[in-house]
Amino acid sequence: MDLLFKIFVEPFALMVSAPDLLAQTLWEGLVGGVLYALIALGFVLIFKASGVFNFAQGIMVVFAALTLVGLHEKGVPAVLALLLTIAVMFVLAVAVERVVLKPLVNQPDIILFMATFGLTYFLVGLGELIFGGEPKVMITRELFLPQGATDLQLFGGVVRIQHIDVAAAVVASLMIAALAVFFSKTRIGRALRAVADSHKAALSVGISLDQIWIIVWFTAGIVALVTGIMWGARSDVSFALQIIALKALPVLILGGFTSIPGAIVGGLIIGVGEKIGEFYWGPLIGGGIETWLAYVIALLFLLYRPQGLFGEKIIERI
Amino acid sequence: MFYREAGQYKTSYAADMAVFPLREDRIGLAVIILAAYALAFTRNDFLLQAVMIPFLIFSLAAIGLNLLTGYAGLLSLGTGGFMGVGAYACYKLMTAFPEVNVLVWILLSGFFSAAVGVLFGLPSLRIKGFYLAVATLAAQFFLQWAFNRIPWLYNYNLSGAIEAPLRTLFGVPIIGPTATAEVRYLVVLTLVIGLTWVASNLVHGRIGREWMAIRDMDIAAELMGIKLFQTKLLAFAVSSYYCGVAGAMLVFLWYGGAEYTVFDINQSFFILFMVIIGGLGSLIGSFFGAALIFIMPIGLGIALPALLGPFGINVGAEVIEQLRFMIVGALIIFFLIVEPHGLARLWQIAKQKLRVWPFPY
Amino acid sequence: MAFRKLCLGALTAALAGAASLPLPAIAQETIYVPLFTYRTGPFAGSGIPVANGKHDYLMMLNERDGGIGGVKLVIEECETGYDTKKGVECYEAVKSKGPVMINPWSTGITLQLIPKAGVDKIPILSMAYGLSAAADGNVFPWVFYPPATYWDGASVFLKHVAATEGGFDKLKGKTIGLIHLDAPYGKEPIPFLETQAKEHGFNLKLYPVAAQDMQNQSSIWLNIRRDRPDWLYIQGWGAMNPTAVKEAARTGFPMDRLVGVWFAGGEDDARAGGAGAKGYKSLNWHAVGADFPALQDIIKHVVDKGKSQTPKDKVGENYYNRGVYNAMLIAEGIRNAQKITGKKVVNGEDVRRGLESLNIDEARLKELGLAGFAAPVKVTCSDHSGHHAIYIQQWDGTKWVRASDWIEPMRDKVRPMLEAAAKDYAEKNTGWPKRTEPCDKSS
Repeated sequence: MDLLFKIFVEPFALMVSAPDLLAQTLWEGLVGGVLYALIALGFVLIFKASGVFNFAQGIMVVFAALTLVGLHEKGVPAVLALLLTIAVMFVLAVAVERVVLKPLVNQPDIILFMATFGLTYFLVGLGELIFGGEPKVMITRELFLPQGATDLQLFGGVVRIQHIDVAAAVVASLMIAALAVFFSKTRIGRALRAVADSHKAALSVGISLDQIWIIVWFTAGIVALVTGIMWGARSDVSFALQIIALKALPVLILGGFTSIPGAIVGGLIIGVGEKIGEFYWGPLIGGGIETWLAYVIALLFLLYRPQGLFGEKIIERI
Repeated sequence: MFYREAGQYKTSYAADMAVFPLREDRIGLAVIILAAYALAFTRNDFLLQAVMIPFLIFSLAAIGLNLLTGYAGLLSLGTGGFMGVGAYACYKLMTAFPEVNVLVWILLSGFFSAAVGVLFGLPSLRIKGFYLAVATLAAQFFLQWAFNRIPWLYNYNLSGAIEAPLRTLFGVPIIGPTATAEVRYLVVLTLVIGLTWVASNLVHGRIGREWMAIRDMDIAAELMGIKLFQTKLLAFAVSSYYCGVAGAMLVFLWYGGAEYTVFDINQSFFILFMVIIGGLGSLIGSFFGAALIFIMPIGLGIALPALLGPFGINVGAEVIEQLRFMIVGALIIFFLIVEPHGLARLWQIAKQKLRVWPFPY
Repeated sequence: MAFRKLCLGALTAALAGAASLPLPAIAQETIYVPLFTYRTGPFAGSGIPVANGKHDYLMMLNERDGGIGGVKLVIEECETGYDTKKGVECYEAVKSKGPVMINPWSTGITLQLIPKAGVDKIPILSMAYGLSAAADGNVFPWVFYPPATYWDGASVFLKHVAATEGGFDKLKGKTIGLIHLDAPYGKEPIPFLETQAKEHGFNLKLYPVAAQDMQNQSSIWLNIRRDRPDWLYIQGWGAMNPTAVKEAARTGFPMDRLVGVWFAGGEDDARAGGAGAKGYKSLNWHAVGADFPALQDIIKHVVDKGKSQTPKDKVGENYYNRGVYNAMLIAEGIRNAQKITGKKVVNGEDVRRGLESLNIDEARLKELGLAGFAAPVKVTCSDHSGHHAIYIQQWDGTKWVRASDWIEPMRDKVRPMLEAAAKDYAEKNTGWPKRTEPCDKSS
């Protein structure tokens, strides 16, 4: 009875009695969700266009952020470093297409998945070899990102909004909008969507797969860079950041592997869900449930809808 | 020349369908097993403790995952968690009933992870492919959390770790600090050979064929009268059993003590690499995969300084480590490009070539 | 196809050849000191300066004095990446070369090596980390835990809290939070804090941070905001610390009430918080800065000659000095072993005796060029830790400054708990060997 009370009554009582904390929790959840969605977006872009489940997205985030900060440490001005990092991500995309994707074309999904693991190992080694393993501080000020916080007086309490989080949300929305325009209005975008529908049909109308893949990986690289800057500003740029990419996986299954809106909505649901769960119900079983709560939410969802929230309906034929 | 079937007549259907139809194969296998046992008498602790024991244990775990992923076609990323269940179950059992021989507990602990495996395998009926893989991650993270958070599992040890107490077989210590590497190696080798033999019989029998039918096309398999639900869950159970036993062996016959972090997500990926690089749906591939993924980095760690040294390049331990990462990553991609079906396929090709050697035409 | 076969063949041959390469032989008349380091992986941020400090001090002894007692040290790093698997590999790789002691620098690897130490006759020096119970020398003759255990650390934290609040009786009704890495290392101080909470009537709140959420702590800090603890104690490592400090600054937690254990006191940890981190405190038992003759010698003999990976301005940082302190214990253990046995080339068994009778007093510290660097250390046969005094340092925005006198830990509270824990360990591990090693008189 006491347990039931703690599960079903107390958390809600707390939500009502301290609305400022609820608002803060929701805000933190949304911000976390935007960042998860950014990582998931990188996955979705690549999965859509090339059918590769790109495990290396996490290390690409770290690698991009490290390159940016590392270059800046070597004395390159921030804006130039940003441009150079974008160039590096382009080179990476070309290299991946040439060395990994092209020779492995038409292989089963799991083999391509495995190849991205190889890529992860390679990038971990390379990143550490060049930039060292120390955590680095993200150059927020040099990139004209806002710092500090605003305290909003709400519901008789204080809700603290970090400027960097607002910036992250704005940048993420802008980027998603830009991607949407890019996909629907440009020639390349239409080609991309064609490739996502069917490789063979796309090839037959003269779309170059190589080119499309490079573009997709490059776009994912830029998404990774933005993600790296935002996460790096929240904590630090270090190789531990790579693990956070795993957080994008439940977002993916919730939203569906192939849907960009899915990645965003999924990210927000997971972000808010896990923060609320951890904050209000976590203490019941000792806290720290955030690590698996997201997966359980996603798993329960999958049992109801196996292709995810926005995924394409799976049709099987013999 | 020395490896061909000329003159070996099959007189029964059973002989024709044997796992090793060639006499040379059987002799080769016997030689390998004998050599493996002989290794114990080299008394080289580095070879036994740092290379062979873990190699065999990881091979067993890879066989477990291969049964699920390679034979039944169900991708799982929860291997680390299932291994942990075996290890913690074994720890609880052997501290609760110290009078029963520990080998019994190691073999029984697998059933606990089989049960957990079935539980987390339930979604496999509705979910497939990468969606299922991510779903098994729920098992991985939840189990990892449980190993850390439920103090009952580690007997309320203040260190939060499980340790191997002294246990003997016929008066010889096999588990615990005084057990020598040779004895532990012999125990591991015997267990791995025995369990591999069981797995080989499983996959060549009715159950194995049902798994493969499901892997190749589950709807077709269902139409042919295979009960998907039972068969998929059986695959999860058997696979988790193997992983659980491997986990118990990992802690008690190799580490000697472990924190829950041993069974983290990286362990799951590590085993998955072995399965894919070794070859999906091949038992011998599991051994090849474990050799490549586990032994190769150790070899590189020894070889790199020796190779770079003569050129006057003296690099620190961390650069070796970074190069090791890069080379392992590059080699994974390389092997996948050269032979996407894994090392097992290369082995087959090599045997085929040997059969017609030296006159291939 | 032929090219592919060639490649594969060459690879296989190279690997086979690599596996059979003989390990480099160690020449006579040297002492082999392997250093387990992690300059890679998620914990590299803390691992690199420590590794540099250890390496540079021992290297300096080689360069300046020609080793210890006239015997050169062979220093070899083995990269563990804070990974237990690689730790085993390292241990087995160095074991055959006759190491005089092992410094695992990871609780996971330490736990794994503790049972092996007595069998392989290689002492383990786990300096203020590892298994707390191992401080009991009667049960763990081969493991050394100077200069203080985590329970000592937690007790000093409580003493500091009491001193600031105006006495232990003022703790009643206060809330003290522990934000910790959700792993055995992070959970270490919990039993001690729990007994103290009962005794003094304060509330203990736990905030576990999972290893994969080290850089994603916002929900933990929401909880902290809700519970409004009066004090927070951080038991973290690696990337967890800078994130925690940063989050604390963001949530507006009063910084001078945030106290980190000695492994949460790196410059990078505090620097991450920017200006908001000013006032952050952490425990320490050695000085920060390079104004000591021994450290100047390191700069002169090692860093300036390019024999180190340390940038010159990093010499004297907190974790670097911790590495130096660790190396000083290694060196003194070896020196002491030489003194007791009269041998020049000592082995693991001799160094165990050397460590057990370690007594570094003020005079000896002065001889070493480390006067004022740390408090004297004394290890005895039954007490392998010593439970030495600790002080509190505070971040002033750019560097650590000392913020308290030496504070003695609650030895009378910690010691009985430790002994009970050691007894418990020996009982649970049936067949744990009774101590047979004779006890040397302290020098």
